[in-house]
Amino acid sequence: METRPLNLAEPRWPYLLMGVYLGIVFTKTEVVSWFRIQEMFRFHAFHMYGIIGAAIGVGALGIFLIKRAGSHSLLGRPIAFPTPEDRKPGPQHWIGGTLFGLGWGLIGACPGPMYALIGAGVWVMLVGLLAAIAGAWTYGLLRPRLPHS
Amino acid sequence: MDILRETWPWWVGGPLIGLTVPLVYLYGAKKWGISSTLRHMCAATIPAGLEYFRYDWKARGAWQLLMSVGIAIGAFIATTWLASADPVLPISAETWAALSEIGLADREGLVPGSIFSFEGLMTPTGFLLIVGGGFLVGFGARYANGCTSGHAISGLSNLQLSSLTAVIGFFVGGLIVTHLVLPWVF
Repeated sequence: METRPLNLAEPRWPYLLMGVYLGIVFTKTEVVSWFRIQEMFRFHAFHMYGIIGAAIGVGALGIFLIKRAGSHSLLGRPIAFPTPEDRKPGPQHWIGGTLFGLGWGLIGACPGPMYALIGAGVWVMLVGLLAAIAGAWTYGLLRPRLPHS
Repeated sequence: MDILRETWPWWVGGPLIGLTVPLVYLYGAKKWGISSTLRHMCAATIPAGLEYFRYDWKARGAWQLLMSVGIAIGAFIATTWLASADPVLPISAETWAALSEIGLADREGLVPGSIFSFEGLMTPTGFLLIVGGGFLVGFGARYANGCTSGHAISGLSNLQLSSLTAVIGFFVGGLIVTHLVLPWVF
C-alpha cells in the first residue's frame, strides 16, 4: 500500500476558479437563458438535452475512473460516494422535484444560473435569489411535517 | 477569439460542465451541488433555531458559496468580454413562434427584459415568474435535496434512482408550467 497524507483540508480558493469556469460555460452555452429553458420544455431543440446528457456522460466516466483508482481524492482523502440508502427514491424526490420544476419553468433558471444572471447584470435576479432563499428557509420550517422516506 | 463569442455548442459545453463532477471529487472529495448554498445562507443569517439550519455552515458550505461567487464573476466575464455580436440568441424559430402566440414579444438578451427587470417585477406576471418561481426553486431544491447540478448531473452520473425520480419531477413541473400556466400569464 502506498502511503497517503490523510485529512488534509484543501485550500478553498480553487473553488472560486471552478466557479468562474462554470459561470463562463453556463453563460456561453446559454443554459442561463429563460428562452433556452422554454425551448427545452417545448422540445424544440436538442441543445439543452445534449448539454445535460453530455455532462452526465462525462460525470459518469469520471466517477467510474475514480472508483477504479480506489475512491481517494488527490490529497488522499477517501471519497464517500452516495450510499444505497441515499439512492432510494422517496416522496421528497418526486414532490420536491416537481415543485422545483414548477419554479424552474417560471423563473427559467436553477440556482447556478441565478448566480450567473446576477453576474451578467440581470439585477432583478437578486430578488429571485432572495425568494429562493426564502423558499429554502420555509422548507427548513416545514421539514418536520413534510413526507420523507 | 470570435468563435468563443458565438453560442458554445452542446458537445463543447456539456462535457465542460460534466467535468466539474470528477474535478470536485478529486480535489475536495465532495459531491458537486449548488442549491445547498441556499441552505447555507439561511444557516448564516436567520437560522431561527430550526434544526435544518443548525450546523457549521462555514465548514460545510464555504466551498460552495465561493463557487457561487465565481459563477457570477464568470458570467460577468462572459457577458463583458465574450459577448456575441447578435443580441438575439439562436433559439429555435418554433420557440419564438410559440412565445409570440402566448403574447411574449421580447427577443433580445438572455432573459425577456420586459419581465426580468424591476419594472417587470412590479407586474403580476413578473412577480409570479421571479418571486413565485424563485421561491419554488428554493423550496423544491431543498425538499428534493438537490437541483439540476446535484441531481440531474452529479446524481445521474452516479446512477442514483433517487436522482432520476427528482429529475422526472423537474420535467413534470416544467412541462406543467410551460404548457398550462404560461399561456395565461402574458
